[in-house]
Amino acid sequence: MKINGARILIESLRREGVEVIFGYPGGVVLPIYDALYDVEGIRHILVRHEQGAVHAADGYARATGCVGVCLATSGPGACNLVSGIATAHMDSIPLVAITGQVKTTALGKDSFQEADVTGIMMPIVKHNFLVKDVRDLARTVKEAFHIASTGRPGPVVIDLPTDVCSATMEFSYPEKINMPGYKPYYEGHPMQIKNAARLIKKAKQPIILAGGGVVAAGASAELTKLARLTGIPVATSLMGKGVFPEDDPLSLGMLGMHGTAYSNYAVHEADLLIVIGARFDDRVTGRLDTFAPNASVIHIDIDPAEIGKSVAVDVPIVGDARNILQTLLEEVKPMEITAWRERIDEWRRQYPLSYGCDGTDGIKPQAIIETIHRLTEGKAIITTEVGQNQMWAAQFYKASRPRQFISSGGLGTMGYGLPAAIGAQIACPDDIVFDIAGDGSIQMNIQEMATAVSNKLPIKIAILNNGYLGMVRQWQQLFYDRRYSHTDIGYTNPDFIKLAEAYGAMGIRVQTPEEVEPALQRALECTDIPCIIDFIVAREENVMPMIPAGGSIDKMMVD
Amino acid sequence: MRHTLSVLVSNHPGVLTRVSGLFARRGFNIESLSVNSTENPDTSRMTIVVEGDVAALEQIRKQIHKLVEVIKVYDHTEESVVERELALIKVSVETRNRNEIMQITDIFRGKIVDVSDKAFVVEITGSEDKINAIEQLFRPFGIKEIVRTGKIVLARGSKNTE
Ligand SMILES: Cc1cc2nc3c(=O)[nH]c(=O)nc-3n(C[C@H](O)[C@H](O)[C@H](O)COP(=O)(O)OP(=O)(O)OC[C@H]3O[C@@H](n4cnc5c(N)ncnc54)[C@H](O)[C@@H]3O)c2cc1C
Ligand SMILES: Cc1ncc(C[n+]2csc(CCOP(=O)(O)OP(=O)(O)O)c2C)c(N)n1
Ligand SMILES: [Mg+2]
Repeated sequence: MKINGARILIESLRREGVEVIFGYPGGVVLPIYDALYDVEGIRHILVRHEQGAVHAADGYARATGCVGVCLATSGPGACNLVSGIATAHMDSIPLVAITGQVKTTALGKDSFQEADVTGIMMPIVKHNFLVKDVRDLARTVKEAFHIASTGRPGPVVIDLPTDVCSATMEFSYPEKINMPGYKPYYEGHPMQIKNAARLIKKAKQPIILAGGGVVAAGASAELTKLARLTGIPVATSLMGKGVFPEDDPLSLGMLGMHGTAYSNYAVHEADLLIVIGARFDDRVTGRLDTFAPNASVIHIDIDPAEIGKSVAVDVPIVGDARNILQTLLEEVKPMEITAWRERIDEWRRQYPLSYGCDGTDGIKPQAIIETIHRLTEGKAIITTEVGQNQMWAAQFYKASRPRQFISSGGLGTMGYGLPAAIGAQIACPDDIVFDIAGDGSIQMNIQEMATAVSNKLPIKIAILNNGYLGMVRQWQQLFYDRRYSHTDIGYTNPDFIKLAEAYGAMGIRVQTPEEVEPALQRALECTDIPCIIDFIVAREENVMPMIPAGGSIDKMMVD
Repeated sequence: MRHTLSVLVSNHPGVLTRVSGLFARRGFNIESLSVNSTENPDTSRMTIVVEGDVAALEQIRKQIHKLVEVIKVYDHTEESVVERELALIKVSVETRNRNEIMQITDIFRGKIVDVSDKAFVVEITGSEDKINAIEQLFRPFGIKEIVRTGKIVLARGSKNTE
């Protein structure tokens, strides 16, 4: 039986095990929406803005490890995906985005709602396709999922002209993939693993730095074994949060610009850095020539291009972190590094993560995060917006497992948290999902409240409302002489309670420290609608510690 | 330092944009580029000349290799290769220098491929230096137009270019 391209697309998605698509309709995707009308086994979540669709698919992917899928129409729809695709690209998240396109004969003629989506997306995708013939469609879908989910994961865009969706043919799904230019490396070189083991054996002051690649590899268990067996302390990047339980005595929490002082001191003094699935981002290293000045470096990464990109490496091991750690585990033994750990614990005592609790200037945002952590027993899925809210969430919500902390790291996309929470809640209906939000960021994709309400998603949106674009204000305070140019949004913020209610959600305002816990309790009891909790917090609270951009550790501010 | 890269790619539309876009995005200026089909109809070969230090080149080479449609990338800088460019040079002629121009063309084993009363078109192949040299020699006569292809290279000997 012949079926049309739209049905071939849906059938191919089904073969790839897709259960949920986040999308928004339009002219050229009408054939696809028609095929979705009575489809079985695939759920379509109608968002209210395409950026919501792509972030929700991304949140879904981060929460599960499966490929997230979103769908948008041509031109304006596809362009609305751009920030979200770039977000996923920077953080190596597996996505397949399908965009409608004008019919093949109208391509390149400035047709109605035509945009050069192939060209626009090229620099921000792992790969993209323009399908010009229905005979290529099933194979393209197969390749897209393969590319998105293997090697270093990333977003793949399929641009699909409307006449390809209407053309018909016999459906058959290809079994094999033939891409001579695409061969990810998985096995680490045995010699290099031996060299790494030798370096580890000699080290007196080693540190493990674990990143988002450990999440992608599903190597959290191996990493935890390695740390506990050898006794080497573990710092994580923002993207690595949760790959090692943060309540473990060996955990140093997050390092970098807003990382714990003790993780940064430890890295600075280390004689060996074992970097696993992390890419030496400048928020982590600060000034490169003063980063870990005494350390040899072992770098485990699946992407050969990451090796030596910013930091010179003594032992590179290209491959999948899980495979490599499994082999490495056979080569290492418990280490005599008690003195080193004691030294670190001394820093830990001297410079703990802390915040003033004088109670004079309103609710401390950090205290809210700690209360959320306590009430959810550290088990909630946390998504964040971007800014101070994000950093406080990273510092004070101690994660215990990977895929629990979901945040836009590389691009820092405001407006990410709410749609990502939607994706995560759809993926994990039994988990408590919190979006830790800022009053600025939440307004960037606030329309997704309608998506959350219509799908009865009980996500909690904790707005740390400081009336400022707080992170930018912090920089203005510290580096621009308190000239708060265009960062005070307090006077014009909407009434977030009325806003919640307008969408049919619950809204709670919290103005004093005593109200924090009861309000959170009420929010947690809310099980079939989203709840916005508007926390009016200390306005000029800063995120500390802080190493200024491009600075070294001697520039670290602690309060 | 100048590097000559051979990039073997799947013969898909848009692959040239992908490769050249990557160079531009990462701050490299392509000095010359030629794209041709190969002995295999499914692949094309791009020969790219770029300037950059060794570490920067190593990074761009790896980034290019990551492109899904790129099959192989070689840097020929350290290798023994045969390299050629082709140039067509339209040089002004007058009766009194006609012979001299023909002699120069001969010495460089070029060919005069078009003749009119005021100009010759000279075809010349060879290394970049050789083409630069003949260009210098023609300059006093007046070069009306010149067009040069990008460089193409193959490794010497029986092994394949890798
Ligand atoms: C306001 C703000 C402040 C920030 N402050 C900080 C900060 O203080 N500290 C901090 O750490 N970050 C901070 N970030 C985040 C930062 O920008 C980066 O996103 C983050 O540091 C990158 O983490 P990562 O190195 O783990 O890399 P990721 O981007 O997660 O990259 C993962 C790496 O793992 C590799 N990989 C993928 N799969 C595998 C596999 N199977 N096996 C092996 N390797 C694999 C990839 O090739 C890649 O190199 C901040 C962001 C914002 C927006
Ligand atoms: C889309 C986008 N635009 C601008 C920025 C720059 N930026 C980073 S943090 C920030 C302020 C965020 O304000 P808010 O959401 O209120 O969070 P706060 O820092 O106050 O917690 C801005 C404007 C960004 N990261 N993303
Ligand atoms: Mg704010």
